[in-house]
Amino acid sequence: MIEVKHVRKTFKVARRNAGFAAAVKTLLHKQFETVEALKDISFTIPDGEMVGYIGPNGAGKSSTIKIISGILTPDSGECNINGYTPWKHRIQHVAQIGVVFGQRSQLWWDIPVIDSFELIKDIYRIPESTYRKNLQMLTDLLDISEILKTPTRQLSLGQRMRCEISASLLHNPKVLFLDEPTIGLDAVSKIAVREFIKNINREQKTTVILTTHDMQDIEALTQRIILIGKGKILLDGHLEDLKNQYSDQKELIISYSGKSPQLCHGLHIIKQIPGRAELKIDTQVISVSKAISYLSEQTELTDFSIKHTSTEEMVVKLYQEFAI
Amino acid sequence: MKLYLKYISIHLRCAMQYKASFFLTLIGQVLTSFTAFLSMYYLFERFSSIEGFTFSQVLLCFAVILLSFSLSECFARGFDLFPNMIGNGEFDRILIRPKNEIFQILASKMEFTRLGRVIQAICIFCYAIPHSEVIWTFDKILTLIFMIIGGFLVFSGIFILYAVLCFFTLEGLEFMNILTNGAMEYGKYPFSIYGKQILKFLTYIVPLALVQYYPFLYLIGHSQNHFYIFLPLIASLFLIPCFLLWKFGVKHYQSTGS
Repeated sequence: MIEVKHVRKTFKVARRNAGFAAAVKTLLHKQFETVEALKDISFTIPDGEMVGYIGPNGAGKSSTIKIISGILTPDSGECNINGYTPWKHRIQHVAQIGVVFGQRSQLWWDIPVIDSFELIKDIYRIPESTYRKNLQMLTDLLDISEILKTPTRQLSLGQRMRCEISASLLHNPKVLFLDEPTIGLDAVSKIAVREFIKNINREQKTTVILTTHDMQDIEALTQRIILIGKGKILLDGHLEDLKNQYSDQKELIISYSGKSPQLCHGLHIIKQIPGRAELKIDTQVISVSKAISYLSEQTELTDFSIKHTSTEEMVVKLYQEFAI
Repeated sequence: MKLYLKYISIHLRCAMQYKASFFLTLIGQVLTSFTAFLSMYYLFERFSSIEGFTFSQVLLCFAVILLSFSLSECFARGFDLFPNMIGNGEFDRILIRPKNEIFQILASKMEFTRLGRVIQAICIFCYAIPHSEVIWTFDKILTLIFMIIGGFLVFSGIFILYAVLCFFTLEGLEFMNILTNGAMEYGKYPFSIYGKQILKFLTYIVPLALVQYYPFLYLIGHSQNHFYIFLPLIASLFLIPCFLLWKFGVKHYQSTGS
């Protein structure tokens, strides 16, 4: 159970104008600006849920993750994760979570991956049998048995990310924080990583919090999304509901032989060439099936396809709506 | 402790990945502090004594400081490199591991090339101990050991202070070098030669004189005050405010953007 209540965090940022003169001036008198990274963040996540935490750059995603993983201390607010407050009981808290930062390695650079794993085993005091079992499972699922003996610095990004994820799961964490786990990965690795995360969530009932800019990650993995912008939580709901809410307009592409169809109320032309048209359907006025039957009465349809609003477009709409 | 040994073995293996670099740095370390030795040698060639201290006595003092400084540089190196650890997010990684953060910093960086200086300090001891006209009774040996341990702890404390400053500036401050590398340089000579004010500063503010000057006077027989034997242990209390400041700093840690 993750409970976050009214968390605030401000940062002091030094500001100066460009140029040498301004640089000299700040040397004598530094100007600070207080930036409110998080203003009153609250949410609750039950055990075993997988949640997508999204928002544009600089919205406060990483700050939130850093607070709930015990790296930063907030200015005020409460947080309770399986009975511990991250910044007060750091050691007990981090023993039961796993964290993956997509842009930063958790592994030791110069030594083979397996040595890193062994060290993690000692740091977390993982019992030998649990360690063996988890290592076996992770190497099988993520297909890393061949690269375990390679030093981290010689791994490709995809290989490294799979090792990072394994490293964060060796100690059976109850909660897993993933900060952009698929950044920079190729399609195959992305899918492998996604499948694996899904699997872990299903089999081990691990609670997963995922931040990402890749909407396919969100679509593939999570039911629930939390949208943050400018340090505030703007939306917290199910992906499907949101999609329905934000996709009341669908695009229909038709090919036809015969005369060009007449339009009725609720249909708009986006583009038309003889024999082919792209239409917009306002689903609040006319349903998709009605629109199709209406069109087929007018002309001979040879082919049609419907384009859904993608999650990507939905998110863009969300960002626009909240002006973030 | 077992974990610490494990870290050491990993660091050794890492260092051995770059063997040539390791040994050349090791030799370089020996040579640089050897020049310090030479400059002292020629100075004493001219003046034979400084404020009543002879060459071999000053060498003893030099060796103590060199040994304790290089030991703390070897093991508390993580604090010395702390600005980098903040900069590249390594400190974030430390905070998400269920072990004390000071332990992890101590364990995360070890500079074995600094052993070059340790070797040299031992060489100087080998020369200075028989030539220093000290009669090595039990209390003198104890004093010497306390001086080295105390020096190691005080220097480690200074490194921690240096790291604490990084929490607020996110960058190292060069002026702290006065107390680290600088202290090693001027600590070659008993602190009294720099005048009363500096001696006072090094007694009450940063207790380096408690590990070097006072017990040193006892060691070479310039003072008979038995209390001086234990001053390095009192100096070790310096770690307590350093530790408290550290805790305060961690609370104000801002991390860096990712």
